[in-house]
Amino acid sequence: MRDIAIRTDGLSKQYRIGIRHNGYRTLRDTLTDAFAAPFRRARRLFRGQPYGAADMNETIWALKDVSFEIKRGEVVGVIGKNGAGKTTLLKILSRITEPTKGQAEIYGRVGSLLEVGTGFHPELTGRENIYLNGAILGMRKAEIEQKFDEIVDFAEIEKFIDTPVKHYSSGMYVRLAFAVAAHLEPEILLVDEVLAVGDAAFQRKCLGKIGDVVKEGRTVLFVSHNMGAIHSLTKSCIYLKSGRIEGHAKTQQIINQYLDDISEQRINARAEVDFYRRDIQSSSPARLTRIWVNDQTKAIPTLEMGADFSIFVEIEVREQLKRANLTVVLKDIQGRRAALFFSWDNDFSLSLEVGIHVVELGIDGLPLTPGHYFVDIGVNQSPNAAAYDVIQDLPLFEIAEKGKIIHWHDRPWGSVHWNKVCWKVVS
Amino acid sequence: MVPSDSHVIVVKPSKGWISLKLKELWEYRELLYFMAWRDIKVRYKQTVLGAAWAIIQPFFTMVVFSIFFGKLAGVPSDGLPYPIFAYAALVPWTFFANGLNQSSNSLVGNANLIKKVYFPRLVVPISSVISGLVDFVLAFIVLLGMMLVYGIFPTINIVWLPFLLLLTLVSGLGVGLWLSAMNVQFRDVRYTVPFLTQFWLFATPIAYPSSLLSEPWRTIYGINPMVGVVEGFRWALLGADTAPGPIIIVSSLVALGLLVGGGFYFRRMEKTFADVI
Repeated sequence: MRDIAIRTDGLSKQYRIGIRHNGYRTLRDTLTDAFAAPFRRARRLFRGQPYGAADMNETIWALKDVSFEIKRGEVVGVIGKNGAGKTTLLKILSRITEPTKGQAEIYGRVGSLLEVGTGFHPELTGRENIYLNGAILGMRKAEIEQKFDEIVDFAEIEKFIDTPVKHYSSGMYVRLAFAVAAHLEPEILLVDEVLAVGDAAFQRKCLGKIGDVVKEGRTVLFVSHNMGAIHSLTKSCIYLKSGRIEGHAKTQQIINQYLDDISEQRINARAEVDFYRRDIQSSSPARLTRIWVNDQTKAIPTLEMGADFSIFVEIEVREQLKRANLTVVLKDIQGRRAALFFSWDNDFSLSLEVGIHVVELGIDGLPLTPGHYFVDIGVNQSPNAAAYDVIQDLPLFEIAEKGKIIHWHDRPWGSVHWNKVCWKVVS
Repeated sequence: MVPSDSHVIVVKPSKGWISLKLKELWEYRELLYFMAWRDIKVRYKQTVLGAAWAIIQPFFTMVVFSIFFGKLAGVPSDGLPYPIFAYAALVPWTFFANGLNQSSNSLVGNANLIKKVYFPRLVVPISSVISGLVDFVLAFIVLLGMMLVYGIFPTINIVWLPFLLLLTLVSGLGVGLWLSAMNVQFRDVRYTVPFLTQFWLFATPIAYPSSLLSEPWRTIYGINPMVGVVEGFRWALLGADTAPGPIIIVSSLVALGLLVGGGFYFRRMEKTFADVI
């Protein structure tokens, strides 16, 4: 009993979605409805039922019969596609919303990080926002005072601490927000996709901070689409699919299950790519809208080791691009960079008119070792300015083992299988 | 972290009327303080006149009332100079009306917090009513100044003032709790509130004395809790010989009923907030 941190039993959450019955309606129906509806709504208002419950018969189970146990000190990843119920699960566990059925027992104080910077007020200074945000996240004033310097240090904003945050750059804002949240010290920490913020360096710092929390032996439930982060931080994972638990086992096994599952689907729609988009203003002059390998038949194709392949990137150009650079980074499942392609290095740059364009990057004979690979793709106009758009950790392909190497499953050594080598005994 | 009482939290669907969880609210008192402090800090940011607005609002209403009701219509004022008669009522009224207005819109205004963080939701409307206290104090200082000018000195009954202020707060919060919870689902509330406060202003003896009514109607009038407050302020500060007696009892009971009912209604509706806001 004592070693359990979270136990859920048949946890379910139903949402109503606003699809109106579009059948045949007479004018009389409409008129009577117009008179009756306000009364019906008023009645529901006093019963505590959600708005328009009478008008929306269409319901969806965002979470259905979710039961699991998490032990004290365990770090568990939660993965699944958009809309699989990951955030709903965290919202229920952090008591933001109630389950429709089932229950959860939580042994210990909970801190949740569903979004950084919640409750920041633009008119208040950095200092004031640290206190306000800390209090909102459940810290005591004395606790905030004690950690104040550490927070400011972590956020790297000493000089601007007494400036209203509305004058902050978006990077500074996010750093401060994360710094406050990172100094929460609950026994159980629930973390949503908070790492999709800031630049790459700050993201590494955030990951490191979460790693520290893990080392301190606290229980963490960690939602992310970043398989590298999941892989390096967690030992076991829960895979949610359409609100149900599809798997709960060792991380490696769940990641493989998840990737195998999504690999069979048709090529990613635009919404899928959005999932992996780093937070960048929507006014950006260019956006990466779709990414695929070879043909578009499978979301995650399986490639033979060393085979030639092409990565296609669809770019929506909103303002003419002049000599822009496209960066492609292939990463292995542990988030390690395996290969880098920088179009300027290859004397190639993008000068594109407004419209939708597709760019092909052909890669010949790259002998990646078997396993899943992910891609970071960014488009930028100048080496010194922030990228126009970045897609991160998008699952791209799997390299299959074709009997060319003696392969231990999940061999964690290196990413390049180089076979232009010469072995000999020299003495 | 705020300690939970037993370190075991059970999350399950709630049914029917649920407890107010006042203990938990108390544990989150620092958040209450910070939210009120935020509202105060932010309220007059980027305004030219700043905190002067806290005085302008009741003061100019008083000027208008003095001209139209006091001078032109000749409304009686219980033997007091009309301007101070009206202003002494407008000071608690403004606190009430602003508290009512701000708490009604408080949940919707803090939607992002409610969707992303857990804390007792009651903190939101309560802190927004409390933040109005600063405005009250400013307007009250002007009232003291006016009393000096008119040579009116408070009676010993001034000791009741904190109670009357509390009654104002309870009334404003009581109504605010109902409206803020309704506002989450029905944004109609936002459009109703200005109309409601305007109507309520004239339903309260601010521009005229409640002594226009004879008993038992005057006591029944106390069903509007602001009647008790307004008559109480005039009695405690200006020595109006309209000791509110039974009115204040009726008003207090109604205000308390509004608050307790509002609290339970709010808690009952609370489970839907994050989903529909």
